[in-house]
Amino acid sequence: MGKVVSKKRLGRGVVWMEVEAGLVAGRAKPGQFVIVRVDEKGERVPLTVYRQNTEKGTVELVFQEVGKTTLKLSRLNVGDEILDLVGPLGKPFQEKLYGSVVVVGGGVGAAEAYPVAQALKKAGNHVTAILGARSADLLILEEEFRNLVDEVYIATDDGSRGRKGTVVDVLKDLIAQRVEINMVYAVGPAIMMKAVSEATKPYGVKTLVSLNPIMLDGTGMCGSCRVSVGGETKLTCVDGPEFDGHQVDFEQLMARQRMYLEAEKKALQRFLEESA
Amino acid sequence: MPRRSPEERVKDFDEVALGFTEEQALREAERCLQCPNPTCVSGCPAQIDVKAFIAYIRKGDFEAAVRKIREKNSLPGVCGRVCPQETQCEAACILNRKGAAVNIGGLERFAADYALTRNLQVADRAEGNGLTVAVIGSGPSGLTVAGDLARLGYDVTVFEALHEYGGVLTYGIPEFRLPKRVVKAEIDSIARMGVRFQKDVIVGKTVTVEELFEEGFKAIFIGTGAGPPLFLNVPGENLNGVYTANEFLTRCNLMKAYLFDIYDTPIYVGGEVIVVGGGNVAVDAARVAMRAGGRRVTILYRRTREEMPARVEEVRNAEEEGVRFMFLTNPVKFTGHNGWVRCVECLKMRLGSPDESGRPRPIPVRGSNFAVNTDTVIIAIGRKPNPTVTQTTPRLKTLESGLIHTDSQGRTSIKEVWAGGDVVTGEATVISAIGAGKTAAESIHNYFTRILKRKGVKR
Ligand SMILES: Cc1cc2nc3c(=O)[nH]c(=O)nc-3n(C[C@H](O)[C@H](O)[C@H](O)COP(=O)(O)OP(=O)(O)OC[C@H]3O[C@@H](n4cnc5c(N)ncnc54)[C@H](O)[C@@H]3O)c2cc1C
Ligand SMILES: Cc1cc2nc3c(=O)[nH]c(=O)nc-3n(C[C@H](O)[C@H](O)[C@H](O)COP(=O)(O)OP(=O)(O)OC[C@H]3O[C@@H](n4cnc5c(N)ncnc54)[C@H](O)[C@@H]3O)c2cc1C
Ligand code: FES
Repeated sequence: MGKVVSKKRLGRGVVWMEVEAGLVAGRAKPGQFVIVRVDEKGERVPLTVYRQNTEKGTVELVFQEVGKTTLKLSRLNVGDEILDLVGPLGKPFQEKLYGSVVVVGGGVGAAEAYPVAQALKKAGNHVTAILGARSADLLILEEEFRNLVDEVYIATDDGSRGRKGTVVDVLKDLIAQRVEINMVYAVGPAIMMKAVSEATKPYGVKTLVSLNPIMLDGTGMCGSCRVSVGGETKLTCVDGPEFDGHQVDFEQLMARQRMYLEAEKKALQRFLEESA
Repeated sequence: MPRRSPEERVKDFDEVALGFTEEQALREAERCLQCPNPTCVSGCPAQIDVKAFIAYIRKGDFEAAVRKIREKNSLPGVCGRVCPQETQCEAACILNRKGAAVNIGGLERFAADYALTRNLQVADRAEGNGLTVAVIGSGPSGLTVAGDLARLGYDVTVFEALHEYGGVLTYGIPEFRLPKRVVKAEIDSIARMGVRFQKDVIVGKTVTVEELFEEGFKAIFIGTGAGPPLFLNVPGENLNGVYTANEFLTRCNLMKAYLFDIYDTPIYVGGEVIVVGGGNVAVDAARVAMRAGGRRVTILYRRTREEMPARVEEVRNAEEEGVRFMFLTNPVKFTGHNGWVRCVECLKMRLGSPDESGRPRPIPVRGSNFAVNTDTVIIAIGRKPNPTVTQTTPRLKTLESGLIHTDSQGRTSIKEVWAGGDVVTGEATVISAIGAGKTAAESIHNYFTRILKRKGVKR
């Protein structure tokens, strides 16, 4: 299990990969993820199932090279094996007719938002997508979204593509224009999901966020992925990954994401030196 | 039994207890009185014929000794190391009246290690009967069902959610108490009996119980063990540096975080470590913390040493290694700096009258608050039953607590589904999980024997 079937680069540091996953393919629902371990000494990391192909028995992953594991993964070639791949994990996104919804994808979050946007579309919603990245070469899946949803807005920090600014600026504009929005779904860096939630809160627009804390087993056993939601401790891997953005303690989430920053930097350094 | 010195062993993860040499084992076995009506056997939840296996050791026939144990127990190397013998077989030993019981655990371990180091295949398999059984979870209960049914000729497949087999034996109990090569060797010998193992499959997520039946499995055993950790539910519990014992031990044991130079999974162990709890899990976590960089490791327990559920031997080992204890103490709040835990606020407790567990109830002493500085906290106060299977199997009856409801034979509310171990009893012991596995295997076998007989009669 886990053989890499094909692979390509979608943007700077963003890789798309199709891998054999016979047990998962066809079972993953929007919002669900898998946990992979690249090799014998590797870490277990969660990655969202972007798309799946039941007949071929494959799933497609889109990931950003941020540390040692994602870098190791991106260096696998077609035919190489990922040692472990387990899933689907997490609660599926419940597709529902809200009316008009906005799906916000920041960076590689666009890939995580894609299956959800698809489900929302299927349920009959008017779907607006806001995709953002630091610059044009980091922007992914614009075409795919244009083919899928009703409206697409693009924002880049440096203005190299779409509007100069962030996805939150676009969202705020839409709200200010009094565009009807019944639900906002956001996935991306924690800081972005926090800003999205803050932007919608005064208007009482239901906001769902897909959280990305550090995980270990992914089956609800270890407690590594815990987050405070409405003052209660929840486990993202079994109670989430999707939560009400207005209830999430984002400061705590971000602090916990930084927990191993130094160790991870060291590991990356070592890896780059060893593989240089 | 010989143990390595505390100064030496606390520097590494190698095994603490060294096991008997042949001479020592022979000498210890000689002490056994070979009672006509041995009481030790009744003290063993797996009903190992203790008298008989010790008799073989006395004769120097170590291979026969292992065979004898393996008739009842597929995991002798594990049990010889982690069973609470002092409250089971050894507690029932007649020699207690004259001083010290026979070291039955030590002898069991000796026999198991004898077979392991020589790679002896000491279990036989009956001719295949064509009946397929799925076992969910590869902890001691599941492994026992698999081994026992394979021995009877069943075609067994074990499904495991993680990337290694063994359950708590692999991800929970540390290397220095239970080397993973021992666990692996015992699993290998179950595999050699024809049991198939499939990892990275979460039943309930990757495949459901109903689908396993559709795939053709005739019976299913659920041995998924304990699940989500319990929290203290006090302020500051989600600060960085506050671990659950599950996460801490899984990072170390399963992911080898203590070898971060070679492995990719990190762990953070500060100088001052506080462990909350009093069971085996707390003691293991404290001893791992000592080895993984903790300078001062303190166990906070809300009752006293007498009430600690941890094994006496391991509490002593921990103490020798420098783990400190603060009894009658309970944390009420964690405070931090920059998102990291720095301080634990505690309350003194006193003991009251016995509660439902039969142990004296700890009662907070009002106004006794005091603070302890800390860099790392490990919470080891227990776990809820694993919900992955029950949540997706509506027909399966559970108790309010989430435990799977079974009868004394391990039968659940679904006709062809059995369950046992921690997911039925709540957190217990390796040997009780093994005992539950034995009972279920026997019940499964009886069930099919009856059906086959009935069919035979009809024909
Ligand atoms: C449910 C879920 C779904 C995810 N889906 C995707 C996806 O589809 N594509 C994708 O690119 N990423 C996804 N992530 C994030 C991904 O798991 C992390 O980027 C990855 O674990 C980093 O591993 P690494 O070893 O390469 O980096 P590390 O060396 O572990 O870390 C490098 C940096 O990334 C941060 N980091 C570590 N773990 C996480 C994490 N779980 N989430 C966010 N940041 C983290 C660290 O704080 C550090 O700054 C998902 C996370 C979750 C929880
Ligand atoms: C740190 C620690 C120390 C301990 N020390 C001792 C000791 O010294 N002596 C003693 O007797 N006992 C000890 N115990 C208790 C003992 O380990 C447990 O009681 C025993 O392991 C329970 O066995 P089990 O078969 O019920 O489940 P587990 O050992 O918990 O195994 C369950 C397995 O099922 C898998 N699983 C769960 N859900 C699924 C699913 N949906 N699909 C597939 N697989 C799944 C899990 O990943 C796991 O591998 C200790 C426990 C801990 C945590
Ligand atoms: S990752 Fe372990 S509980 Fe969620």
